Amino acid sequence: MGGLEAGPVEQSEHDYAPWEKRVDAIMRLLTGKQYEVITVDELRRGIEDLGPGVYDELSYYERWISSITNILIEKGVISVDELGRRMEDVCARREEAGI
Amino acid sequence: MSDSHIHGDDKWSHSHPKQPDIEDGPLTDYMVMTEAVGDLLIEKGVFSAGDLRAMIESIDTKSPTDGGRVIARAWLDQEFKVRFMEDVNAAAEELGIDAGTIPIRAVENTSEVHNVIVCTLCSCYPRMLLGLPPDWYKARAYRSRVVRDPRGVLREFGTEISSDVEIRVHDSTADLRYMVLPMRPDGTEGMGEGELAAIVNRDSMIGVTTVRKP
Repeated sequence: MGGLEAGPVEQSEHDYAPWEKRVDAIMRLLTGKQYEVITVDELRRGIEDLGPGVYDELSYYERWISSITNILIEKGVISVDELGRRMEDVCARREEAGI
Repeated sequence: MSDSHIHGDDKWSHSHPKQPDIEDGPLTDYMVMTEAVGDLLIEKGVFSAGDLRAMIESIDTKSPTDGGRVIARAWLDQEFKVRFMEDVNAAAEELGIDAGTIPIRAVENTSEVHNVIVCTLCSCYPRMLLGLPPDWYKARAYRSRVVRDPRGVLREFGTEISSDVEIRVHDSTADLRYMVLPMRPDGTEGMGEGELAAIVNRDSMIGVTTVRKP
């Protein structure tokens, strides 16, 4: 990306949302010396695998959690099925709580 | 985790709702995925719920205030500055600041050289001393352009670097982070360490601005 043409630097900032901090924390734990489930290089490769189109559509932490999830599935740490079921559970829990 | 906290710059301070994962906007698939992945990893014993909570808290406690303290000390104490230039992480430790295990290298601004940091590959940043990076640091425009036209990018931040000053751009990696030791502004001779630390803003330690006398 270094050296490519791009527009002016957009200086507005947003505060980190709690879910974004959660992604950040998950990543740090997974790459931490204590666990070493994923390396930073794998995370980056996973982000590059998303392809240029998706890269620009997703926000920063959307790219991260996509990459983390893909790598965890690739490594067999979690399966697609259990992730799908769990995501449904999370949604159901939210609806119950009226959110 | 506390329900409210201050993030570095007061401009951004606010309270979070009591339930940490509830956002103001609609729930997106990515938020759901984040919660699901976190829960699964905890269930599988990859890490514990306590580990995750502690990590989020640790992220929340890091801010440019820590970086500012280290810079102020380096301005005031020549021997400390030598140690700081040799080993930022160890120097921060002297002030009771945990700078983590990834080495941070300080680059010093002088009347001849102005330094600026970037991560062209992703978003590597001395977050243990500066907190989470600002959005623009992670964005395409900054990362692609600062290596090619640093003067132009700095101008967008309101920073005019004289043409006789060399600009050095440092590209961070996952294994080595940089931070800028800004120049101490003239007219701050009477200021104490705490006052000096307070005028060292985040962007000056990235190198897109300079520190100004208040």
